[in-house]
Amino acid sequence: MDALDGNAIGGLLHEVFGTEMTAAIGTCANCGRVAPVAETLVYLQAPGTVMRCRRCFAVLMVVVLHADMKCVDLLGMAALEPATP
Amino acid sequence: MAGTAVRERLTWRVATVGAMIDETATVRTIELDIPDWMSHRAGQHLDIRLTAEDGYVAERSYSIASAPDEPVAVTVERLEDGEVSPYLTEDVRAGDEIEVRGPIGGYFVWPWQDPGSPLLLVAGGSGVVPFRSILRHRADIGNTTPTRLLYSARSLPDVIYRAELDATSDGVQVSYTLTRQQPPGWSGYSGRVNDALLHDVAWPLEQRPLAYICGPTAFVESVAAALVGLGYPGDRVKTERFGGA
Repeated sequence: MDALDGNAIGGLLHEVFGTEMTAAIGTCANCGRVAPVAETLVYLQAPGTVMRCRRCFAVLMVVVLHADMKCVDLLGMAALEPATP
Repeated sequence: MAGTAVRERLTWRVATVGAMIDETATVRTIELDIPDWMSHRAGQHLDIRLTAEDGYVAERSYSIASAPDEPVAVTVERLEDGEVSPYLTEDVRAGDEIEVRGPIGGYFVWPWQDPGSPLLLVAGGSGVVPFRSILRHRADIGNTTPTRLLYSARSLPDVIYRAELDATSDGVQVSYTLTRQQPPGWSGYSGRVNDALLHDVAWPLEQRPLAYICGPTAFVESVAAALVGLGYPGDRVKTERFGGA
C-alpha cells in the first residue's frame, strides 16, 4: 500500500486538535523541512496512524487509540502552527 | 470566542441518502441530506463511518463532488477489496442513514491565493472528484480564471462526469489521456502523463500558474515531480493522494 498524505487524516487531525490542520505548517525536528501537514507522508495501516517527513522520512507524529482515547505523540515535530485563515 | 468554537467542532451526524447516479460501471455519485451541514469549500472532504452489527467500525474519507451551494454529494469508486466502497456503490438505498462528519480540509481547496492565476488541474482516475466541485464552484461564482483540466483515465468508459466535462466552456479546457485503451479514431492523448504531455498542457511559468494534482499516490508523485521539473515552484503545486490505484 502506498503512503497517503496529510489530506487523508484531515478529520482525525481536526478531531484531536479541535481545528483544521491540513494547511497547518509543520517543521521536521530532524531535517528542518517546513511544509503543510497535507504534504507529509501518512500511513494508516501501521499500528495507529503514522506521519513522516516527505524529505527525510523521520516520524513526525503518531496517533494511537488507547482505551477509547486518541493519544497524539508529536515526537518529531519541532513546530506546528495552524494556518491563518 | 464561543461562536468560533462551535463552528470549529467536527461532529458525526446522521445523513440520509438521497438521489444516486451511476457515473461508470464502478463509480457512483450519492447525494446526502445532512442536518446542520456547514457549507463546504470546493475541494474539501467528508468522512463516512459505517458500523457493522457486531460493532466493527470502518471509516473512510471522500472528496465532496458538489459545489458549495448545492446539496452535498460524494462520488465513490468501488474497490474490490474495500470495506466501505462496495456498500456505497452497490448496497446503499435512498433513505438509508449513514454517519458523516465534515467538511474537512483547508489545503486542497479553491479559491486559494492569487485567484486570478491560471489553474491547472491534473486528475488520475477518481482524483477528478474534487475538481468537479472546483469547476462547478468556479462557474457558480462567475470566476473567469483560465483553467485547464488534464484527466488521466484507463479508457473512455472509465471517465467520470464525461458529459459534464465535455460541456464545459467559458475558459475551461478539458484534455483526456487514456492509458490502457483508446477508441478507434481517438484524437485525445494516449498513455501516462509525462513530461511531453505536461509541456503541451501546462500553463507557461511566466503566467504564475497554480496546479492541483489528485489521484493515486504513484500518479501524484510522478506528475508533481514532472511539474517541478518544468519549473513550477513546489509551493504552487498542491497535491492530494489516495493510495494504491
